[in-house]
Amino acid sequence: MAEVVLRGVSKRYGATVALDEVTMTVADGAFVVLLGPTGAGKTTTLRLIAGLEAPDAGDIAIDGRSVLRDTPAERDVAMVFQQYSLYPHLSVRDNLAFPLRSPALRTPEAEIARKVAEVAEVLHISHKLDNKATALSGGEMQRVSIGRALVRTPRLYLMDEPLSSLDAKLRADLRVELTRIHASLGRTLLYVTHDQIEAMTMATEIGVLDQGRLVQFGTPREIYESPVSLYVAARLGQPRINALPAGIFGGAPSGAKTVGLRPEHIRLGEGRAAEVVRVERLGDQTRLHLRLDGHDIVTLTDPHAAYQAGDRLALTPRNALYFDAAGNRMS
Amino acid sequence: MAEIVIRNLRKEYGSFTAVQSSSFKIEDGEFFMLLGPSGCGKTTTLRMIAGLEIPTSGEVWIDGEEVGRKPASQRDIAFVFQMFALYPHMNVRRNIAYPLVSEGRPRAEVKRRVAEVARILGIEEMLDRPVGGLSGGDRQRVALGRAIVRNPKCFLMDEPLGALDAEFREHMAEELRALHDRMGATTVYVTHDQLEAMQMGDKIVVMNHGVVEQFGTPQDIYDKPATMFVADFIGAPPMNFLRFHGAVEAGATEVHLHHHALPVPALRVPFDGDMVYGVRPEHVHLSDGAGYRAEVLAAEYLGTTQIVTLATANGEIKARIPSDQRARPGESVGLTFDGATVTLFDRQSGRALRSDLNEGVLSHG
Repeated sequence: MAEVVLRGVSKRYGATVALDEVTMTVADGAFVVLLGPTGAGKTTTLRLIAGLEAPDAGDIAIDGRSVLRDTPAERDVAMVFQQYSLYPHLSVRDNLAFPLRSPALRTPEAEIARKVAEVAEVLHISHKLDNKATALSGGEMQRVSIGRALVRTPRLYLMDEPLSSLDAKLRADLRVELTRIHASLGRTLLYVTHDQIEAMTMATEIGVLDQGRLVQFGTPREIYESPVSLYVAARLGQPRINALPAGIFGGAPSGAKTVGLRPEHIRLGEGRAAEVVRVERLGDQTRLHLRLDGHDIVTLTDPHAAYQAGDRLALTPRNALYFDAAGNRMS
Repeated sequence: MAEIVIRNLRKEYGSFTAVQSSSFKIEDGEFFMLLGPSGCGKTTTLRMIAGLEIPTSGEVWIDGEEVGRKPASQRDIAFVFQMFALYPHMNVRRNIAYPLVSEGRPRAEVKRRVAEVARILGIEEMLDRPVGGLSGGDRQRVALGRAIVRNPKCFLMDEPLGALDAEFREHMAEELRALHDRMGATTVYVTHDQLEAMQMGDKIVVMNHGVVEQFGTPQDIYDKPATMFVADFIGAPPMNFLRFHGAVEAGATEVHLHHHALPVPALRVPFDGDMVYGVRPEHVHLSDGAGYRAEVLAAEYLGTTQIVTLATANGEIKARIPSDQRARPGESVGLTFDGATVTLFDRQSGRALRSDLNEGVLSHG
């Protein structure tokens, strides 16, 4: 059980600013997902908390006490990496037991057996315990590597894109599984990804990073419905939010440069006429690619709507979000 | 411009059959997808169309001519591979010009066509740059340029976006499709990504274990799957399967699962045995009063919608519902299903039972 607090944490690598005065509180028991593109500072944040790197400025506290002087082992965190590395010569059981057999811990064998069985159950790999690690599929190997973090009861779990090397179906399964594991263990989990679906579906809170700065922190719903900037608005939502000149539909507040319209926030049938450029039938939804005054707009419609390329149709925004010249949201 | 007809095409490698008697037709100007998991025979099929593999039996017709035994060079097609190889010592212009130069075209024509292709692809300003310093996307554009410049009858593409990262792939997919819409050349495209196939294709062939499972428009394949394999492979999350045992008469409009009558489109055939009630996540609704009960296991927020995982007496299923509707893990809820969209499958064979929904699609499939 642990609350993690970052205060003004900065980190540079030569001339590159990896993290720029990040302040954030990860509540005890939370599932916080750090979201951002490559180079935003997500992994650096994890490595600083784990103690694999030291910050240039700022403080990191776990459970109310600064851990900057603690070694990684003393911080008592468990980290899962993107590239799972299991011991190929050991069975799944021995791979899972390995962290507990550390001489420093002196865990009794009966206790190890109990823990391994419990974690294997949670991860649905009980039937594979006696297999060699190399005889597993990619998804099973990643579950074992997550399991190796779970057998210990650290104060905090840190996970760095643990699902990114898996195929789409398995990722979907493990998303549900990780959420369930988190709910049943009730431990603090800090998770890094560039996959917006993972962030939206699993997080209790999302922290959005942009070039080393934490630009918004809130529940998935807050981030989706009231983004603080155009950058944040473009991080969540598929298809991506439409960014158009503020005055294109009229009614923009003064000073607005851009209007952001989520594809599902466009009402068809009245308003300004646009041309249908392309119709994508994805089965559960149909995406309309429209063109209005030389700007591309994507909207969603009923799967069986009879639109085709070349049609003209009228559209009106609802729940429009306005942004100023700097890309900041205007209320 | 080309129409491609595949008739009873088969390919064996020793005792292994890669493709078993496939038949389908690609209309002139179509963007046509060969979709399936790895090892399903889609690349082998493409390579037989290209002339890179000789079929064991069957026919390949391009523009009314049977070309199954002709070498690739006589088929007037352009192939774009997943791993595109550019000539590293040449600049962009010379890479694109290469196919024309090697055909001995006049310099003025080469110049004109390279300029035209560069304009279509939006890479005019990088023509004199070496290919070494280009980004992955720009390199892929140059590779495309080299295929387009010959003005072939058709393009064959083998997972051309497979090596790109997710965000950029989406962008390139749109670009490729827009390019096709401008040029109108027949394109056959191999992918294992169902979303890519749905997004880009005019028609899709779904393959599995060397067999064509279904052939049709994206919407038909999604709405009216011919087999459980197709129903599961297409859609994210895929179609839900509620397994049950029973007997139904021709004309029946409901089936009985766990003592509840659930609606189906009027069946055209009777059936007795193990069946599967197939329903897409967006056609499952939570309704307090409904008699068919389930327990909420998980809810995944996705913006305007959420995916709810439910435990039913007939197995685990997923529903896509508005995100403002309440669904808490542990809760008991009632479920209703949009009967008109349901597909019933014979569990043994995995094939859809004919009904008012899929009658037209299955009969010519």
